[in-house]
Amino acid sequence: MSFINYASREINCKVVYYGPGLCGKTTNLQHIYAKTNPDLKGKMISLATETERTLFFDFLPLALGQIRGFKTRFHLYTVPGQVFYDASRKLILKGVDGVVFVADSQIERMEANLESLDNLRVNLGDQGYDLGKVPYVIQYNKRDLPNAAPLDEMQRLLNPGGAPEFEACATVGKGVFETLKAVAKGVLTDLRKMAR
Amino acid sequence: MPFVDTQLVLFDEDYRKVLAVCERLARDAHAKGVFVVDKNGQLMAEAGDVRGLDTTSLASLTAGSIAATGGLAKIIGEEEFPIHFHQGQRDNLHMTVVAKRIILVVIFDERSSLGLVRLRVKKAGSELARLFEEIQKKSERARNSATSPFAEITDDDIDKLFAD
Repeated sequence: MSFINYASREINCKVVYYGPGLCGKTTNLQHIYAKTNPDLKGKMISLATETERTLFFDFLPLALGQIRGFKTRFHLYTVPGQVFYDASRKLILKGVDGVVFVADSQIERMEANLESLDNLRVNLGDQGYDLGKVPYVIQYNKRDLPNAAPLDEMQRLLNPGGAPEFEACATVGKGVFETLKAVAKGVLTDLRKMAR
Repeated sequence: MPFVDTQLVLFDEDYRKVLAVCERLARDAHAKGVFVVDKNGQLMAEAGDVRGLDTTSLASLTAGSIAATGGLAKIIGEEEFPIHFHQGQRDNLHMTVVAKRIILVVIFDERSSLGLVRLRVKKAGSELARLFEEIQKKSERARNSATSPFAEITDDDIDKLFAD
């Protein structure tokens, strides 16, 4: 959960990018890292295999600016998407403040999307969270590919609850910052709710 | 039963107390650096000569390492491995889980020894456990209090963060 430090006047929040293997979670973070002013970001860490598949997590610390005199810092994490890394995914969700689900738009990955979303729901539940209550946005990635599923079908299958949603092509950065802003806004709005 | 972490709030006076424990530990254990990291990977305090160290990454990776070994512990029927020691060629890393919530990290070299670090960490660990029990209680009170700086933030405040 978020950490408010009055001594350094900082608030730290944790956002996790979730989704099936090769959906573009790491690519989202890489784009954010590449396009962010060096003063506002820390080092990006990727714990990956030799073939550049995420093994444990990617991590990117990001400063967003001040709110009521407090520096807001977001720690962005990705999970390893491959099915057999489930134990690691559970660990990374610990203390999460907001979740981005990155869906792969390719029609043949629809089942993997559904399986991963179900896995997110279960793993959040194991930590005592409810997907319906955690700040949550969904990103339909790889919209540029010719085999992308129709958007309305993806919405119907993956977002029946009507969470904020964004079309994206993370390799060129389309939709990446919109997604980040939406989840950060959700987290801050949630903080306000908790404080009231 | 699932357990949801509560938000942690660290006030100035408590931060100073935590920092004092870290500084004393760094001195008494002849350590190069001492860090207090929350299990979710947030750095809470640091002492000693930490110049040039990427402390944000250190905190995140410490938490990841403790989480991964904690998962291993559960597989073999242990609740947690509370003490971790990594020996390097020059520098060594000693990590201890305190009060189930925070991690006390000590970096030391040949000017100190594992025995001395363990001895000093034990004392500092109990002091931190007491402090964090209090911090936890205050965090819960702060969360329900109207004095939180976040109670009054407006949509406009949030939008301004994303102005450019």
